This record gives sequence, structure tokens and C-alpha cells, in this order.
Amino acid sequence: MKLNFHKNHKLLFGVVFWGFIFLSLIIAVFPALWVQQENEPLPASEPMTELERKGMKVFINEGCVYCHTQQVRPITMDENWGRPSAPGDYARINRPSVWRQTPAVLGSERTGPDLTNIGKRQPSSVWHYMHLYNPRSVVKESIMPSYPWLFQVVENPPKDATVVSIPGEYGPSNGKIVPTKKAKALVAYLKSLKQVPMDAKPTAAQQAKADSVAAQAAKKKINGATIYANNCASCHQSDGQGVQGVFPAMAGDPVVTAEDATDHIRVVLYGLQGKTIAGTEYQGIMQPFGESLSDEEVAAVINHERTSWGNDAPTVTPEDVAKVRNNDELNKIQAEE
Amino acid sequence: MNKPSAVRSVERPLTVEKAKAEERIETSPNSVRLIFSFIACSAFWLVFGTLVGEYLGLKFVWPELDTISWLSFGRLRPVHTNVVFWGFLSQGMLALALYVVPRTSQRELFSYRLGWTSLVLMNLSVVIGVISLMAGINNGAQEYREFVWPVFAFFAFGLMLIAYNLYKTIADRNVKEIYISNWYILAACLWTIILVLVAYLPGYQQDGISQTVIQGYYMHQGVGQWFTPMVLGLTYYFLPKLLNRPIYSYSLGVLAFWTQMVFYTMIGSHHFVFSPIPWWIQTVAIVFSVGMIVPVTAGTGNFLLTMRGKWRTIARSYSLPFILVGVIFYAIVSYQGTLEAFRSLNKVWHFTNYTIAHSHMSMYGFVSFLVWGGIYGLIPRMTGNEPPQFAVGAHFWLALIGVLVYSIPLMIGGTLQGLSWIAGESFIESVTLMTPYWVWRAVGGTMMFISHLIFGYNVWKMRPTTDKMTKAESVNA
Repeated sequence: MKLNFHKNHKLLFGVVFWGFIFLSLIIAVFPALWVQQENEPLPASEPMTELERKGMKVFINEGCVYCHTQQVRPITMDENWGRPSAPGDYARINRPSVWRQTPAVLGSERTGPDLTNIGKRQPSSVWHYMHLYNPRSVVKESIMPSYPWLFQVVENPPKDATVVSIPGEYGPSNGKIVPTKKAKALVAYLKSLKQVPMDAKPTAAQQAKADSVAAQAAKKKINGATIYANNCASCHQSDGQGVQGVFPAMAGDPVVTAEDATDHIRVVLYGLQGKTIAGTEYQGIMQPFGESLSDEEVAAVINHERTSWGNDAPTVTPEDVAKVRNNDELNKIQAEE
Repeated sequence: MNKPSAVRSVERPLTVEKAKAEERIETSPNSVRLIFSFIACSAFWLVFGTLVGEYLGLKFVWPELDTISWLSFGRLRPVHTNVVFWGFLSQGMLALALYVVPRTSQRELFSYRLGWTSLVLMNLSVVIGVISLMAGINNGAQEYREFVWPVFAFFAFGLMLIAYNLYKTIADRNVKEIYISNWYILAACLWTIILVLVAYLPGYQQDGISQTVIQGYYMHQGVGQWFTPMVLGLTYYFLPKLLNRPIYSYSLGVLAFWTQMVFYTMIGSHHFVFSPIPWWIQTVAIVFSVGMIVPVTAGTGNFLLTMRGKWRTIARSYSLPFILVGVIFYAIVSYQGTLEAFRSLNKVWHFTNYTIAHSHMSMYGFVSFLVWGGIYGLIPRMTGNEPPQFAVGAHFWLALIGVLVYSIPLMIGGTLQGLSWIAGESFIESVTLMTPYWVWRAVGGTMMFISHLIFGYNVWKMRPTTDKMTKAESVNA
């Protein structure tokens, strides 16, 4: 038969079929194979624990990836989320069973915050439980769904049970909230999401991007209110009132309003937990910000806290922050604690 | 002679009278039953899938609408996408293809039994898939392949049978030339079979990023090598047929076909611009995204030039306005897609609600409108039963205004989201600023959903009735 696409169906559909297979091989199958051959976890990363793996399964089954990315792009606007993601960051995510494929954690929508570093940003289990039970109990403007089916409401929880206290209007009318195994696994997974240092040499393109990111960052305006909203408000709340019994209020807090700001700076730099303030014991854990925030940023957020919500305490300078950072004696006490 | 006054309202009916469908075409009752069954299933999945979509849209405004695990956002979102993909649109397109391919090959469908088997398999897949997704069982939340492989295998097998069925019909055609529609339709089936196999087979796609490379390839072509060529192929039949004039340029159709195949296949990874997948794949994707201007311009230009000067005919038809809207949206979303792929604009729009607007303009404004145009153009002529003109008009206008009210606010809001992130505002700002746009989305979505109920009613009105079927049978006997 003639070589005529219009008349020879075998020729036409043969080209369509094999042509597409050829294109698929060069744009998808072979690249996937090459990427797989170079698949190597970052040297500093650790394998997931059994519990974290279970948590990732809950994360995937509940469809969290439809609103949360785990992908930091090498552009300035993403630098709040961490360093640019590298292939090695995902190297340990593999196929869980013959029935399901490797989870898609990179995501395609950012309706909620990126979770690449959520474990670093929010190390407090209590916060995660409250947030999962009802996100609005900690972030009023949140539109995330509540996940009450990951919790049980029990009348008299056993002594060793983890009890989550939820502020009045968000909790159940009677009984206590106890996380199920799934909730515990999910929170363990979320807390495990932390970027580890990248030892591998970045590609030329990534390096060029990273350089321009750094140059942009140097020029960035520092705004205490924005730093507070991004790093502090999910626990201490945007109105500075905290959450009763879990996260202390900033408004009127003795450390925040003290003349001497040294303790205030230390808490921001090194974090805090298990502290009793004015007779109330707080369950939440506060993470250290010393690594993620510069002296200028720490000073800005501290000054925001010291001058907002009716607080009127003396402000600090970046030099004050640097002094605390470089004070060996204070650091030694910190290490002992 | 007294001309009637244009402003005298008493003589104006509520709707402009549309041309009645021409006389019936001769189709075997076998084929009418099979095609109509595909359309009935498609209409059911449309109503179901968009009811879910509407509900999801409301959750952005009222996140506490319910606290039932089976109805939570993360589980219902893939239900919405998969139902409209594999339930509504796939079956609607295949219904029309089951008419166009035999018609243009001038013979009966190769096997009706295989056709019915495909229908059953595909619906089985969607039903089981929906239940499993709601129960929280998915395929690693990989977009558009959320059905686990044992479930999607039903669909894939149904698709293979259809492809075989159509191939045999074309191979035994009673004309020399293979009409251009059949190029597109059968190619779409073949490409999608390969696509699904590449997406589900193990080996080369294993951990993190290697899986993402395949996902970029799959998630884009699940749309672009299935729905796009399929509806284009159908339009290459229905548009000239309904206008009663040949397609403007056959060669442009051929050019668009080959460029579609080569360019489109390469661009999947533009969904992962700035991600850690190899930089060269992203660049190739962006370059070929620009290349897509060729098939899109060739395709839409061809259709619009076929319509030139026939605007009165289009206005008087109730199926052609759907096709006109579909063609215009095809051009808009495709050029928009090219823009979204550029790194500079991707920065603003990626991860925002802008992409939701884009996907609805393509799957709805483009694909769904062309499918509806085909259905309204074909079914009344097959069954002899016309839908009420008012109801078709209501479907058209509610769907069109609905999708505009849906997508324009999301494009504005999505852009503001991106700009808020670039400005370094706190993240929650980008959530609260969206509230008014999400309300508009819910309003548009409600209009779209109502139009689907009307479409369901119209399908019921167009159903094959016993008296007309027996008449047809006696004619054919």
C-alpha cells in the first residue's frame, strides 16, 4: 500500500502509536530512570521511623497534599519556607506497597502553608493536636478542615493518655479529647518534616538562583509585625492573647514587659518549655529561633511584642541581641537546661 | 410595506425560536441504544461530580460545613476531578465518537457487544474508585491517577476495548480516506492507553523525584492527549456537519494534529517549574509550551474560518453556540497555558487559585462545551426527540455565565495571592484576601450546577422512545 497517511490506517496509527511511545520514552521514562539512578538521600538525613511512615500514610489518605506543598522553589518569595528543595530531600519517599504508588508530596496548590519545614517551625505536639482537632482553635482565620475522626472524646481518660485541652468554644461539651493512633502518627510525621543541610554541591542553575536569592534577602525590609505573624501568631495569637493553658499571652506577660529584655531575647533565641507563668503551667513547646532569624529580625519581632497589645516596654537593638547570642555564660546555662 | 416595529414587545416571544433539528438520520437502533446509554451515564456523572465540586467550593467559605471523614475536602477533591474526567467527559466524548467513527467510515460499529462491555467496565471503575477515595484509599494522592491500579485497570481495559473497536471499524471502512476526525479520535485512545500504562507500570518510577517526572508527564497529558484531541476530532465532524459546509482547511487540521502530538507530549513538566526535577526537563517543557501556539492557532483558526459568515446559522441553532464557546475557550486557555509556563509568570501564578480557574476554563469552557454541542447536535437527530428550546438556552447561558463568574474572580484572586507572597506578607493574608473571590466562585459554581440539572432534564427529554424506535427498526428491517 502507498505511504499515505490519509488512506493507510496501519501507517497512520502505527506512526501515532510508536511515535508517542518514542516521545514518552525520551521525555518521561528515561529521565525518570536516570533520576532514579542518582537517587540518594542527603547525608545528614535519617530514615523515617515506623510511626512517621504511618503518619505519612494518614497524610496522603486524607489528601493533605491538595492544599499543602512540600517544595521550596529557588526564588526569593519562597525563602520563608527554607532553603531550595533538592532531589535528595525526597529520596527516602518510596512506594509503600504494591497497591499504591509513591506519595506525591511536592503538591500543586498552596492554599495552606508549605510544610517542608513544619517540624522546625512548629515542634509542639500540643499545637498540632489542637490544630488538627479544630484549626480555628489556634488560627482563627484558617479554612482548613477539622479532623475530629482522628480523636476520641472520652469521659475519664486513663492517667497515661495524652489529653488535648481545647479552648472552650472549640472543644466538645463534655469529655476530654484523646488523640488516636492515627493522629499520633500524623503528628510524628509532621514533626519529622525538617530540612537537613545540603552537603551535595548544588547545580549551576540552583547556585545562580541561590546567589540571587541571597542578594535579594540582604535588601529585604524587616518588619516585626510580619515576622510575628509568620512565626509567632499561630501559638501566641495575632491579638497577643495566647491560648489559655497552652500558649502564654504576650500582652502583659512579665518577661515581655520587663525593663531588662535579656530573658525575652533568650526565649526567642533558644525556645522554652514547661514554664509556669503566674501560677499557670503551659503545655506548649516553643522552638528556638536563633538559627532561622537574624539579630535584626529578632530585635524587630521583640520590639513588636514589647510595643503592641497595650505593652509599653523599652525596645532593644540588634546589638543587644548579638550580645545575648555571644554571651558564653548565658549559653552555658542554656546548654545545662 | 409595513415593517414590524422592532420595539414592539408584545410580538416577541421569551426566547428566539431556534431551528428544529433536521429530519432524522438513519441509525440502527443498536447504535442509538449504546450511544444514548453512554450519554445517560455521562449526564449522571456530570451531576454527581459537580455536586461534589459545588460542595467543595462552599467549604472554602464555610470550612465547618461538616466534620465527616468521608466528606472532608482532601478526600472529596479527587472524587470531583476523577468523576468529571472518567465519568462525565470521557463517556460523553466516547458516546459521540461511537457515532462519528462508524458514520465517517460508512459502516456499522465493529462490535456492539464490545461497546457495552467498555461502558460497564468504565462505570465500574468510577463507582469503585469513588467509594475507595471517600474511604481514604488512594494511589499516593497522585493527581488524576488517584484510583489505585486494580480500580483504574477496569477503566483502562474498557478504553483498550473501545480503541480496538474503533480501530476495526476504521480498518474496514467503506471509503478510501480516513476522515480527519478519526485521526484525532483514535489517536486520543491510543495515546491515553500508553499514557496510563506509563503512569501505572513500576520500575522506572520509584522514589521521590523520579515519580514526580512521571507525574508531570501524566497529569498534563491526562488532559491534553485525551480530552483535547478527542473533542477536537469530534468538532472536526460536528462543526462542518451542523453548518452544512466543509471544514475550511483540511491541511490545517493535519498540521495541528502532528504538532499536537509532538509538542504537547513534551510540556508536562511545566507543572513543576522551579521544582527539583531536572532543570533541562523544565526548560524543554517551557519551550514546547510556546510551540503549542502552532496547533492551537491552526485548530481554532480553522474552526473560526469554517464558521465565517454563518453567524446567523449559529445563532439559530441550539448546538452550534456551544461549539462556538468551546472553540473560543480552547484558544484562550491554551494561550493562557503558554503564559503560565513562563518562569516569570509562573512565579506569580503557580500554587495559587489562578490554576484552578485555568483548569476549569479548559475542562469546562473548552471540553465540556464542545461535548454538549455535539450531544445537542446529534441526539435529537438520532432519537427524533427534541429537548425544550428554553431549557437548552437556560443550560447554555447558566453554564457560560457560571464559568465566567467562577473563573474571572479566581484569576484576580490568584494573582493577588501570588503578589502577596512576593511582597513577603504573612501567609494568612493570602488566605483571608481570597474570601470574596471564593464567594464569587461559589456563586458561579452554583449557576454551573443548576445548568447541569437542566442538561440532565434535556437528556431525559431526548431519550429514545419506544414508538420512534420501533418505527426506525421497521425502516431498517
